[in-house]
Amino acid sequence: MDKLITHSPILIIAIPLLAAFLTPLISRANQKARDVLVITTLAFAEFLVIILARDICANGIHIYTLGASSPTLTIPEQYMVPVRIILEVDAMSIFMCIIWATVSLAAAIYSLSSMKEETGRDRFYTLLLLMVGGTFGMMLTGDLFNLFVFLEISSIAGGALAAFRTRFADALEGGLKYIIISTVGALMVLFAIGIFYAQYNLLNIAALAQVIQYTMLDKIALTLLVTAFAMKTGVVPLHMWFPDTYTVAPASITAMLVISSHACMYLLFRICFSLYGVTLNMATVGWIIIILGVLSMFVGVTMAVPQTDIKRLMSYHAISQIGYMWLGVGVGLAVLGNPEALATYGREAISGGIFHILNHAVYKPLLFLTAGALFYRTGTRDLNRMGGLGHSMKLTSIFFIIGTLSISGVPPLNGFASKFMIYESVYRFNPILAVIAMLVSIITLASFTKAFQSAFMGPELSAYKGVKEVPKSMIIGMGIPAAGIIFFSLFPGLIVDWIVHPAADALINQATYINAVMGG
Amino acid sequence: MTQGAPFNVPFLAVAALIGIAFYIILSQRNLIKLVMGLGIMASGVNLFLVTLGYREGGVAPIYTHAPIERMVLPVPQALTLTSIVIAVATLALMLSMVVHIYRHTGSIDSEESRTMKG
Amino acid sequence: MMSKIVRTISNILSLFIFVYGLYIIIHGHLTPGGGFQGGAVVASGVALLIVAFGSHNIHKSLKEHHLSILESGGALIFIGLAFGGIATVFFYNFLVGSSIFGHIPPSGPNPGDIWTGGVIPFMNLAVGLKVLAGLSAILLVMALATSVMEVEE
Repeated sequence: MDKLITHSPILIIAIPLLAAFLTPLISRANQKARDVLVITTLAFAEFLVIILARDICANGIHIYTLGASSPTLTIPEQYMVPVRIILEVDAMSIFMCIIWATVSLAAAIYSLSSMKEETGRDRFYTLLLLMVGGTFGMMLTGDLFNLFVFLEISSIAGGALAAFRTRFADALEGGLKYIIISTVGALMVLFAIGIFYAQYNLLNIAALAQVIQYTMLDKIALTLLVTAFAMKTGVVPLHMWFPDTYTVAPASITAMLVISSHACMYLLFRICFSLYGVTLNMATVGWIIIILGVLSMFVGVTMAVPQTDIKRLMSYHAISQIGYMWLGVGVGLAVLGNPEALATYGREAISGGIFHILNHAVYKPLLFLTAGALFYRTGTRDLNRMGGLGHSMKLTSIFFIIGTLSISGVPPLNGFASKFMIYESVYRFNPILAVIAMLVSIITLASFTKAFQSAFMGPELSAYKGVKEVPKSMIIGMGIPAAGIIFFSLFPGLIVDWIVHPAADALINQATYINAVMGG
Repeated sequence: MTQGAPFNVPFLAVAALIGIAFYIILSQRNLIKLVMGLGIMASGVNLFLVTLGYREGGVAPIYTHAPIERMVLPVPQALTLTSIVIAVATLALMLSMVVHIYRHTGSIDSEESRTMKG
Repeated sequence: MMSKIVRTISNILSLFIFVYGLYIIIHGHLTPGGGFQGGAVVASGVALLIVAFGSHNIHKSLKEHHLSILESGGALIFIGLAFGGIATVFFYNFLVGSSIFGHIPPSGPNPGDIWTGGVIPFMNLAVGLKVLAGLSAILLVMALATSVMEVEE
């Protein structure tokens, strides 16, 4: 068991990749065996993530050096810098990995039924496992170029999956936009990596954090990295691709793409907090992140109100919720150099932002999966044509209600807990931002009430007379995030103490991150 | 650098390539030209990575029958190779999507083949 | 389908191209090259055959699902070799010092010994197999797709 925990960082990445390449061979023999393989792989990855998370809470950061003679040998003799690809797992990384493992398991179970009528399903599962492995790599890496490679793997697989239903013209358009944006962003990241290597001859994040000085070239690299990750996360003003892609992708893939863009946001925080740390001009960069967050919150929710397509409405709401996370962590970044402000409200702001990532990652996939269930039974995404489905699709409407209450921040559900943490700490930084955040929350509730009323309430329409509930695997797929929401709503304090505060401390504490790799 | 060139010519070439590529991506409506612009931008960034490794008087970093000991940096060349591989896969995927879009809508102009607005 | 002269010459030339590509793959740990570069050269040999003979004729003997099996096989060999050293660490070069590809190369400029490298020549072969299968499949499928569109118009 100890050996399993020591090797688990690389197993979490390598086992989905291995299964991804076994899938075409096995599905030529037997389709059911392939389904079993996919679900087993994702369940095993979830198991590994959970045992690694328990070990990190007990013992601190885990290091894995690929190809050395022992997993923790980062600097061999006669060397002064780390030389191999190093995976560094701290509390923030394993936090994102727990979210990703759970959501991809739920989405894969969901897609067992929802993709039954498509052809080429073996390629679908290959790409899905590739995306899972790629995003795990993004979350666990401690090396800049490894970050670029896994970022590209995840975006190519995601783009191909978004355009999977090639019989619709708009699916291809959405997938093409996603790939173009991802390629431009990744090339910017590569340029920034080139700038770092040219100056310091190092690619490892911890080693670079030890020697970085904030020269003019480093400022250019920071600008490129912030722009590239902002493009990939979907904040305003670089959000144009976001609704188009998330509307046309199959529902389970949309749920996974949401978490994949959160992984890019995690990379931005890793760069700002652990790579640059206290050397950068925190007030400026913090305020830029805060302003981008506030813009996203506001523009996202106002564009969501007049939408008639249910998935497009949900994607604009996703943009606005991402604004909350940027606001919370931006406030924390702006006060990073001020120890007393950091202790009073900075740490709470970062914790609020991180808790909001966790909550968003359970209610947003649930909402997208319910929209997919509606599309599966009625064949349309247009709210004007739907109506009265609450009579026949009872479980789906219950899941939709839970998701709506959670996203609007209605107490006692978990959305309220994280939004309250953000309001409280941001108010002490600057009161206007907290007022804007509360306004946005009210408009969110209004818009989702309209969507619920239009889709589920009202008399039963004649077009949808024979509509039944969705198949069992889709119910299980929706039930996993719903169970998560209920669990987080019942024990928010427990979640904050066990998962969120260690993650926030791991981001703030740059010295621990560096010492884990550089020894000493 | 080479005798007689007062500036760092490879870095100027990188700036020119990336600038032209940005202009193409932002202004061209033809989807095939957009994909070509992305290819040019990838070439610019790859050139930047290889150029930053140059050391004066260095030879290619191969130990087999090496003429002298001073070599250029080999790590950026490995990074460039990985980037070229990724660019090949991405361009193949984008061109397949453009072929599909042409089949559905009959045009490869990005304004005429748009279906989603707002 | 191009003229008889082109078809004859491309028949002869493609064999040289395949051998050259294989040379680049196998000598990847000594000279410039390796898995991806050699695989791309072999795929350009396949492209020559597709252009000379027409994609439908090539499709009669080289089907796309055979290439898919070859591609998955190459990737599985690569990951399997990476897992081979898991007793120590993932990706550990467990063949250095042993009897297969196990010589230790001398440092500094040297004439180059092909029996060095450990796991690396096998990984080069696996990657080369995957790349040639993958790129040939891309070329074949895109040539088939666009030729069908010409016939429709």
